[in-house]
Formats: sequence, structure tokens, C-alpha cells
Amino acid sequence: MKIATESVSQKYGNVPVLHDISFTADAGEVVALLGPNGSGKSTLIKTIADILPPASGKILIDGTDASALDPIDRAKLIGYVPQYFHYTPFTTVLDTVLIGRRPYMSWSVTDDDLAVVDNSLATMHVTDLAGRFVNELSGGQRQRVFIARTLAQQPAFYLFDEPTSSLDLRHQLETVATMQKIVHEEKSCMIIALHDLNLALRYTDKVVMLKDGRTYACGTPEEVLTEDAVRDVYGVCAEIVENSHGRFILSYAPSDV
Amino acid sequence: MPEHPIAKLYRTTQKRKLLIFGALLLLLIIAAVIACGIGTVAIPPADVLAAFGHAILPGLIDAPATANAGFIITGYRLPRILLAILAGVSLAVAGAVMQGLLRNPLVSPFTLGLSSAASFGAAFMIVLGPILFGAAFAGAVTIAGITFSLDTALLILSAFLFGWMSVVLVYLISRTRQTSQAIMILAGVVIGYLFQAGLLALQYISDDEALRDIVTWLMGGMWGANWQAVIVLLPIVLLCFLLVERRAWDLNTLSGGDDVAKNLGINVPQFRIRGLMIVSFAASACLAFTGVIGFIGLMAPHICRMIVGNDYRYLLPASAIMGALILLVSDTAARSLFSPVEIPVGVIMYILGGLFFLYLITRGHGRYLG
Repeated sequence: MKIATESVSQKYGNVPVLHDISFTADAGEVVALLGPNGSGKSTLIKTIADILPPASGKILIDGTDASALDPIDRAKLIGYVPQYFHYTPFTTVLDTVLIGRRPYMSWSVTDDDLAVVDNSLATMHVTDLAGRFVNELSGGQRQRVFIARTLAQQPAFYLFDEPTSSLDLRHQLETVATMQKIVHEEKSCMIIALHDLNLALRYTDKVVMLKDGRTYACGTPEEVLTEDAVRDVYGVCAEIVENSHGRFILSYAPSDV
Repeated sequence: MPEHPIAKLYRTTQKRKLLIFGALLLLLIIAAVIACGIGTVAIPPADVLAAFGHAILPGLIDAPATANAGFIITGYRLPRILLAILAGVSLAVAGAVMQGLLRNPLVSPFTLGLSSAASFGAAFMIVLGPILFGAAFAGAVTIAGITFSLDTALLILSAFLFGWMSVVLVYLISRTRQTSQAIMILAGVVIGYLFQAGLLALQYISDDEALRDIVTWLMGGMWGANWQAVIVLLPIVLLCFLLVERRAWDLNTLSGGDDVAKNLGINVPQFRIRGLMIVSFAASACLAFTGVIGFIGLMAPHICRMIVGNDYRYLLPASAIMGALILLVSDTAARSLFSPVEIPVGVIMYILGGLFFLYLITRGHGRYLG
């Protein structure tokens, strides 16, 4: 399956936020959305997830307009992990992750639902926390629980809005590596907004770089992430270094100082 | 294949929730039987059960020893007990649903202006009814074979309509801003103040007798209980409960935020407004008969969140029974503590509610409130 944005524009009131964005994400691909704060990454993620209907343009899933889909069918195709999480205190991790099964359940929880939840918790290494309250967890544990909720949704497309922002170094790498593995194995697809360019270099197959709500560049991470691009888009001087572990972007100063 | 630990955990907690629900239901039945026996004529619980048995199977079970027990129970005490149960159920469920829909632990029919609007509606009819309807206001009407006195019927209707309308107003105001939950809460508070102002104005222009009637209504009580009230309210409360219970999972998804709920296939603005309309329909209908009764919509759901958790599939029925239990016990205390003088149950609820929240705050559960 593939998901495509076709000249998508987005506005908040009269303020234009995204201009004419077109790109395609294919099955088995991890696509990074990069760009500084305010470049429109979150808005684009929400627009693709159909949380915000586009001001103009279309979201196409295998060529079909996503807005024409039944909401429950769409919920089985697209899973969204927000940047900021809401939760009700004193809700258990198990109850939280079960919510991800909503598109598949009417009232009762089947063995199948529980097996999927079991699997999602194990994938995010939070099985031990299943009986704990979400408000008792550390920020990182909580974030992994919310990612597990989206895994339980079993979508074909994962849309992640900076999901690793509150994770420590190990969990950042682990989470993105796990998601990459899932996407490559299941032939699903992930679009992920990221701040860390090195995570994008290492784990993604395609990069869409946004600047002021427009596509600045689109292609493989090696093509797009150049020293010039980093300076143009982020206003930062950086050096690209290659060593035995691969390619790294080392930023060292704001470009106008 | 052995059951995996997650399925086991799910089933143990589910069993525990059902057990708690069963225990609450049993407590409510026991409380109702005891309440049937409390009053000027004391009837022992065995006689109460005998009276019920005799009414259902007159051939098998003899009438109780206490003289007129059957008549006292079915004629006077039972309708009052049932009204307390129905009001408790609808206010507690309304509170729980509103807290979920608006993702705020402190909203209730009170916070959304519903109580103020219903009070205004009642005061409106008490003060202006005689002027609008003249001599006919003191008369009676017969609908479907049941006779109502017109002034009472109009007062109930007016309180209900204003109460329910206030939520429609909240919706219309918030619709200008995409029905976000913060705007709805603010709109509710503002509507509440406007109706408060109207209520004060009505109290200012009313004569002594009308003022007394208004104040009595504002304090809330089950003194208006009769079988008509029970017959009108029972189907409303039952239907509204089933309608929201059916959407329990959707209420659960809202806890993850509007965006997550939308992504899980919920039409959030539509669900929010429909849910509010349904629960405020039942809550205003009950308030119209009982007058203002506060805190049930906050207390019952919060106690149940602590003991059965936040899964609305179990939280709603548990809150319903808990609300009924609290209101029934309070009302029985209200009519028997200083018998023959009766205290308004609304006053007891304020005291209980105040103490409950004081406990929550001081015992470190304060963070629970958000």
C-alpha cells in the first residue's frame, strides 16, 4: 500500500501553514519529515492522518481519497502518535493500550484483542508495566505505552509526531530501530516527524525537508541531508562526518554568528 | 496453550470490577429495604420483605405483622426511594459522562450551568406562572388518566426545559470555535452566571410566599415524590443510560485527547454534543422533580474511578449505583435524623460533598483532580 499527499495546503484560520506539499510514502518505507520548529511538520502529520482536513489538495491511499473513507476503516489504516499526550490519571497501562483496539471492538474485548495488546506491550518492552497506572510512569515509559497503543491499532500507516522527544538516548534509538524493523518486516509504512537529523540518516529510507511550510527537498537521506541544506533550513553550520559507524551530521554553530 | 499474562491480568481485573459492581448493587438493595422501614411508623426489614412478597404473591406470603405496612411502603416510602435512586443514577452518570466528554475531572451538571438554568426555570414559573396563566394556574389537568395539578406540572416542565436548553446554548456558543472542550466549559460557566443573575432578579421581585417556594426548590429534596414522577423518569433514565453505555469505548478514546479519538474513528464534535444532550436530558428531567442536588455528579464518579478504574464500560454502571446509594442514604437521613422535622437533602449533599473533596485534597489524592 502507499499513501500520497497531492498538492496539500493547510491553513489555521487565514494563516497559511502548508503550501502545495506532494510526496509519496510506499509500503516498507520509513519517511522522515524534517524541518525547524514552525516549519509545518506536526500540521502535515495531522493533515495526513485526516485529523485536520486539508484546506486544498488530497490525501490518497492507493489512489483513493482518504476523506471518502469510513472513519472506522480509516482508523484501521492510519495510526497516529501525537507529540503531546493526554491521559486520565489512575488508568492502567493495559486499559490505555486496549483503547487502540477501538476500531475492532464494539463492546467486549476478545482473546484476539488481548493477544494483539500483549504483542504490542512486548514490542515496546512495557509488558511489566501492564498493571501500573500511567501517571506513575516516567515520561519515557509513558511515551512507549502510547506508542504501544498505536501498535495495537495495527495500521498500515504509522504517523509519528516527534515520538522520541522525551525519550533518553537508548530508548530513542531503540524505539526508532524497532519501528523501522516493524515497517520493513510488515511492509507497512511510517511517516515520522523528527528533530534529530542523525536518527533520520540512520533509520529512514526517505526524507522530506520542510521550510516555512514548503517542501525544501525530498529524496534519500544521503541526497537531502547536505551541509548546505542544514544551513539553509536550520540556520546551522554543520559538518558531515563518516566513520566506521556510518555518516553523522555534527552541528557546531548558528550560521549567522 | 497457557493463557498469556496480559489476558490473565485483564480477566482478574474484570472479575474484580464485576464483584465490586455486584457488591454495590447488593448494598443498594439492602439500603432500599432498610429505608422502606424507616419513618414515623417503623417497619422491621423482615416485614418490609413480607410486604413486597405479599404484594407479588398474595397467596403464598402472608401480609406483614405491622399494620398497614404494605400501604405505607407502596403509597409513601417506595416512590420517594425510587425517585432518590433515579435522581442519583442520572446525576452520577451525567457527571461521569461530562467529565469524559470534556476531559475535565471537575465538570458536572453544576459546572455546565444546568442547575442554575433549571433553578431559573423553576423560579420563573413560581413567580410568573400565576401572572401568565391566571386562575387556571391553580387548577388541574388530566393527562392519560393521571391528574396533575397545573402549577406543579408547569414548574417541572419549565425547570426541565431551561435546564436542558442551557446545554443547547453551551453548544451553540462553542460551535463558533470548533466545539473544543475548553470553550464548552467556559461557555457553561458563563451561562450559569447569566441564569444566576436571572434567578436573583426573580427572587428580588417575588413576594414572601413565592420566595419561600423558590428557596425550598433551590435546596432540593424528594418531597415531591409520587408514582407519577417515577413513571415519567424511569424510562428516560434507563434509555439515556443505555445510550451512553453503548458508547463507553468512545468515551475511553477521548481520554487520549481529541486528535487520538479522531484517529481512532470517532467524530469528536458530534459525539461530544450528542453525549451532552443525552445525559443532560436525564439530569434536567430528574432535577425538575427534586430541585437542586449537587455533588452527586462529582462524588459518585470519583469514588468509582478509584475502585473500578476509568474504563467507562464499568465506570458508568458503577457510578450509577454509587450515585443512587449516596442519594438514597442521604435522603433517608434527611427525613429521619431530626424527625418529624425534615432537612433538605440538598443541604446534606453540600456537606458530604465538601467533606469528600477536603478528604481528597488533604489525603494526597489531590493530584487526582488534575
